[in-house]
Order: sequence, then C-alpha cells, then structure tokens
Amino acid sequence: MSRLFFLLPLLLFAAMASYFFVRLGDDASVVPSALIDKPVPQIDAPPLVEGKPGVSTADFTGEVKVLNIWASWCVPCRAEHPLVTRLAQTEGVPVYGLNWKDKKQDAVAWLNELGDPYGQIGFDESGRNGIELGVYGVPETYVIDKDGRIRYKRVGPLTPSIMKDEVLPLLRDLKQ
Amino acid sequence: MIDGLSIAEIGHFTLVLALCVAAVQAIVPMVGAARDDMALMAVAPATAIAQFLVLLISFAALIHAFVTSDFSVLNVVQNSHSLKPMLYKVSGAWGNHEGSLLLWVTVLALFGAMVAFFGRNLPPGLKARTLSVQAMISVGFLLFMLFTSNPFVRVFPPPFEGQDLNPLLQDPGLAFHPPMLYLGYVGLSISFSFAVAALIEGKVDAAWARYVRPWTLLAWTCLTAGIMLGSWWAYYELGWGGFWFWDPVENASFMPWLAATALLHSAIVVEKRDTLKSWTILLAIIGFSFSLIGTFLVRSGVLTSVHAFATDPERGVFILLLLVISIGGSLALYAWRAPSMQGGGLFRPVSREGALVLNNLLLTVASAVVLIGTLFPLFLEVTGGDKISVGPPFFNLTFVPLMIPLFIALGIGPYLSWKRADLWAVMGRVKIALGITLAAGAISLVLLYGDSGYAVIGLTLAAWLIVSAVNELLTRAGLGRTALANIPRRLFGLPRSSWGMTLAHLGVGVLVAGATGASLLTTEVITVMKPKETIQVGPQSLEFLGAEEIRGPNYVALRGNFAVRDEEGGKPVALMSPENRRYVARGQETTEAAIMSGFFTDVYVALGDLDGQGGITVRAYRKPFAPWLWWGTIVMVLGGLISLSDRRLRIGAPKASRKSAGPDAQPAPAE
Repeated sequence: MSRLFFLLPLLLFAAMASYFFVRLGDDASVVPSALIDKPVPQIDAPPLVEGKPGVSTADFTGEVKVLNIWASWCVPCRAEHPLVTRLAQTEGVPVYGLNWKDKKQDAVAWLNELGDPYGQIGFDESGRNGIELGVYGVPETYVIDKDGRIRYKRVGPLTPSIMKDEVLPLLRDLKQ
Repeated sequence: MIDGLSIAEIGHFTLVLALCVAAVQAIVPMVGAARDDMALMAVAPATAIAQFLVLLISFAALIHAFVTSDFSVLNVVQNSHSLKPMLYKVSGAWGNHEGSLLLWVTVLALFGAMVAFFGRNLPPGLKARTLSVQAMISVGFLLFMLFTSNPFVRVFPPPFEGQDLNPLLQDPGLAFHPPMLYLGYVGLSISFSFAVAALIEGKVDAAWARYVRPWTLLAWTCLTAGIMLGSWWAYYELGWGGFWFWDPVENASFMPWLAATALLHSAIVVEKRDTLKSWTILLAIIGFSFSLIGTFLVRSGVLTSVHAFATDPERGVFILLLLVISIGGSLALYAWRAPSMQGGGLFRPVSREGALVLNNLLLTVASAVVLIGTLFPLFLEVTGGDKISVGPPFFNLTFVPLMIPLFIALGIGPYLSWKRADLWAVMGRVKIALGITLAAGAISLVLLYGDSGYAVIGLTLAAWLIVSAVNELLTRAGLGRTALANIPRRLFGLPRSSWGMTLAHLGVGVLVAGATGASLLTTEVITVMKPKETIQVGPQSLEFLGAEEIRGPNYVALRGNFAVRDEEGGKPVALMSPENRRYVARGQETTEAAIMSGFFTDVYVALGDLDGQGGITVRAYRKPFAPWLWWGTIVMVLGGLISLSDRRLRIGAPKASRKSAGPDAQPAPAE
C-alpha cells in the first residue's frame, strides 16, 4: 500500500506526459460543432458600447458575416485581435463581436486600447448567449452565410495560417 | 567579417566541446562513486568547472555576434538590427529561443561549477553523484540545442539589415528579467541533483538538508527577483495597469517558485528534526520538474501565450522526451528508493513541524491549482476543444482562498516550538500583534466601507503578516523579558537567518497589501482628451498639455504630456509623459506608460488611440499600495540574501551550525 503511494507522483506525471504527447501529435484544430450548417441559435445580447447596436439572431441575414467571441481577460484574444481587425478592415467582411463574461469597463478599455473593428457588439455578461452558441471558452470565431447559417466555427485564436487556409477561402466561396 | 566569422564558429565549436565535457562529467564520477574510487570521483569538480568555462566562451561568442551585428548568423538576423541601442543588442542574445536556451545551459553549468567550487566539504560520494546528475541534464539540453536549436546557424549571403528584436522585449526591465529568472529556474536543478544523488545513495540526513538549503535559497531568491522584474515590466510596458495576468508563461515561473518555497520550509524540518525526508526529496524533484515543464510549455507551442517564443512541434517532441527521461526517471527512482527512508522525529499537529507541514500542504495544493489552471485549456483541447483561456476568474476562485489560511498560519508558525507547542501560550505572545491587526482591519473597514469587502480582508491579512513578523523578531530579541534598552543590541545579535526569515515574511505582507491595492482599490478614468483638458483621478487632477512626435534610435513615438496637480489650478507637482512607440523595422507598436510612484500610491497614465478629431484616448489609474508590490518583493529578496550570508548556511561551515543554531532551532523558550 505505502509503495503504491510512492508510485503516485510517477503515475500522475505519466498521465500528464501522455496528454502532452497526444497534443503534440495532433494539430488539427477545427472542432466539429453541432451547429455547423444550422441557423444561428436564438441569441440577443444588449449593446456593449453606446452608439453601436448589440447582437441578435436577426442580424445575421442578408450578408456573409463573422462573429467573434472575446473577453478582455483573455490573452489569446489579444493575440488574435490584429487578425480580426484585418478581416474587418482589409477583407471588408462585417465582423460582429460578442463580449463574453466580462466587465463592461474592462471591455471598453480593451477596445480603446487595441482598436474596435466590430460592426456591432453584444454584451453577454452572464454568458447566457454563449450557452446557446455552445461556447467552450474564448476566443471563438464563426463564419455565417447569407441565410444566417453557421458555416464554420473556430475554437481558439485565429492564426495567420488558419486565416489563409480556412477562413479567407471560405469567405471567398460564400461571397460568390 | 573574417574575424566575426571565426568567432561565431568558435561559439559553435565550444558548444560541441561542452557536450563532450558534460558527457564525461555525467559518466565518470557516477562510476567512481559506485566503485568508491576517489580518483574517478575527483573528475567531477574539474569537469564541472571546465564545462562552465567552455559554455561561457560559447555564450560570449553569441553576444559578440549580436554586439557587432554579424548578420551572417541567422539568429542575429532574426532578432537584431544595427540601429538598436547597445543594451538591447546584448539582451537580444537571450531574447529568442536559441539564445535563451544557451543562457539556460550556461546557468546550469554555472551552478554545477559553483557546487564544485564551494562544496569542498561535501562528502565525496554525494558531490560526485550530484555533479554527475547535473551533467546529465546538461547533456540533454546540449543535444537539444545542437539538433534543433543551434544559435550559431549561418545564412548566406548575409543580409544587410536584421529584422529587429520584438519591441516589447526592448526594455531595461526585460533585459535583466530572463537571466535572473533562469538563475532561479535553473538553480533549482541543484536541489534536484542533490535529491537524485541522495536517492541513489539511499541516505538523507540532517547534513544533506544543510547542504541543499543554501542552494535552494539562492535559487528561490533569484526566482523571486526574476518574477518581480517580469511583473514590473508587464505593469508599465503593456499599458493595461495589471501586474499579474495568470498567463501560462507567468504560471510557468510561479509553479517552481511555490514548490521552492515549500522546499525551503520542509528542508528545515529535515535539518532540525530528521523527519519529512521522502517528502522533501519529492519537493526537490517537483521544483525542478516545474521548471522543465515550464520550459516545455513555453517553447513547444503547446500553449499560446503573448510571450511564447517561436514554436515548433519538432522541438516539442524533443523537450517532451527530455521531460520524460529526467522527470519520469527521477520519479521512478523515487518510487523505488524513497519508501526505505522513513524518518524519526515524531510531532504533534500543533508544533513547528505541524505548521511547516500545513505550509507545505497549502503551497503544494496551490501549485497544483496553478498547474491545473494552466493545463486545463490543454486537456480540453485533447478531449476535443481547443486553445482557450480559463483566465483570472478561475485563479481568483481557487488560488486566492488557499492563500488566506496560509497567511493566517504564517503569522503564528514562527512562534511555535518544535515537537509540541502550547497554542495558548503562543496566543499570549501574539495578542499585541493580533490587536494591532484587528485595529488595522477596522480602520480599513471604515475607510473602504461599501467599496470592496475583499480589499478589507486583503489589507487585514497584510497587516497581520507585517505586524506578526516584526513582533516575532522583537520577541526573539527579548521584548517583555528584558530591559527595553537591551533590545537593539540583542536584535543585532540575532542570527542572520532569523532576520532573513522575518524580512521574507514581512515582504509577503507588504506584497499582499500591494496586490490588494493594485487589483481591488484602483480608481480608473478612461476617456478621450483634447489638449488643455483636465481630468480628476482620485484627489489629483491631470491636465493634458498636448502631444508631440519624437524620434528614438529605432522607433518613432507619440508622446503625451500631462501636468499633475494636487488641487485644480494649483502648481503642477509633476510632469508625466507616456508614449506610444512604433518600431520601424517590424512596424509593431508598444505602450510606455508614465508612472508617478509615491510611497503609498502610483498614478499611472497610458495613451490609447487618436480619435481623428484632435483627441486621444487616455487611460489614467490611481493605484493605492501598488508600489508595495515591488517593495514587498525587494524585502523578500533581501531576506533571502541576508539569510544566505548566515555563516551557518555556508557550505563550508557545518561546525558553526551547532553553536549558533540556538534561537532558530528553539524559538524563545515558552516560559
């Protein structure tokens, strides 16, 4: 019994190391979501900043749009922000934001600091809308087509290679 | 560039040479110790010093390449620029994956050389095995460098200009942050090597603990200073006014710190009471394992982070292999040998040992919590999710509550006697401290009523830590038992390790006050300002005088000037000039906040974006107690240094320990 006790650290480490190994081997990062090709679920988030509307299901028809879920306390969000900005400004895709489980003043400060690329921003303080969307954590990015159906979901930050290989080609296809 | 060419080649060559020396250092003394052959064991110190010198040459060659902007070296091209100020040319040498790894290995060898040099009184077997284990780690990392991350790789033809160092890293705080941090991280390797050597020998006794403690203390002191430099850098450079973000890379340095803190305390028990042996060995292994895991997390691309270096899966597999061999190997050895090292001294739950066990329990659980918080996103990824951040909410809910009992116990622990303590007698001795604490708590409750309940708890705990640490030192000097006039003399007569402990504990208190103020009591004003406009930040007013373009050596900046007044219309008491810099080579922007630091409060101003209509976003904060974050850490570091200078802890002076151990071994006897 006591021998087993001394083995415990080794076993815990072995479990951790195998997790690391699996992670290293597998780099495909698009998560199949139950929502792919389904319409945007019922969401309705009030505005975060004055003078800019919030986000609700009805906003996602008529045009191809991107929905980005973020929070000011999330470091990867900061890392992907330049790419989100590029989507909106250089690629000309309307990007809507959903600020998730955040404090209003922190979120506004974040936008002031890093710039605000979003066309509309919903404020999801309680995470209620996040539950509808099945948000794992922030950041997440969705591509939504003209008919308001989710065509792509990225869990985790956008990276230049994901932009180039996945998001931009899809946007190009959808726009045709 | 002929001489430059050859100097970079020397760097590469010495790296290979260091690998050979390390291999000899790993094998020969270990065989010698097994055969009890003094001649073979004597190889250990010589090779340890040689390995360090050879690596020092290699490191100097890399710095030379950076200083002379030798763009035939790929690493210099990717991380330097001829216009960069000299300080950042030098620090650029370790501001990247390959160079920082070279620094890592050089520090590893430095510690080996120090053990070889200062450890003359170590038993030959223990010394030979310790240095051999130390060299095994070197071999692993040198192989890793030579195969996947060679800093001396050439480019041909050499470009005319480099790509510049990431501008966030071009900062005096960050120039010294990595070397200091590595001294701490890697310094824990010595405790690790001592632990593995002891497992191989099958012997852990009071003497072993006495050898290990100063090294752990040295590593802990450097780690504390290194983490502080990083935090200070984040505070003024990232421009968001925070000092700790629970970022994976920060956590990677914090976990070894927590383990090292626990180890420092449990090693005392082994030294004084000959118990908790296998636990202490485990802590020594875990401390350095956390350093290795941190290195892995930062460099393998397993976790995304703002300050992750260039990442590469191939490197990840290699480091993972190193982890499995070193951590897995040592833990397997532990499982095999540790069960036979049960210690003697029994003790009651309420005793010095009991308090130290509680300290260890809370610190270990805290580091486990940090580990889970850091890896949780990773686990999620493996089970089908992806990179996400659990963020500060998780840590506030889990880590902070663990600290509260730790801090309460920390105030009482040093008063308890070994084996069994009389809690009531102790209560009698802390009643004054308790009274002052409650008064401080009441005052903060009145001042902060309705503001933040957590802040009242934080400040009360800080007061408790500070007052009880000072009270404990005074009690030790005989307060209440001797004439007041004798106290100063007796205070200076106390062993330095007592002073060290008091200062370290006092520093924690000051730090807790700083953290409480900076995170919970901040006043912030975020607004768009035009020149000549004034805002009120707490009691002070801030007038925006205007903004100007300035040119730095390798950047252009927008600098805003602000006049600070204690009352509106009064004379300005200070001028504050935050900047937004754009670095030419990479086009990257950084924020340089302006901070006016008083004894109690920081006033902090950072610039945001121009609004296009003549206004600029201004973020102004007033942060009570924020300067105490740094003062507290400095006091802790000072405590570490003073304790290190204690004769008793010096490796060469085991005899002196008997003579002056008195006050530390037995807290003022409970009359």
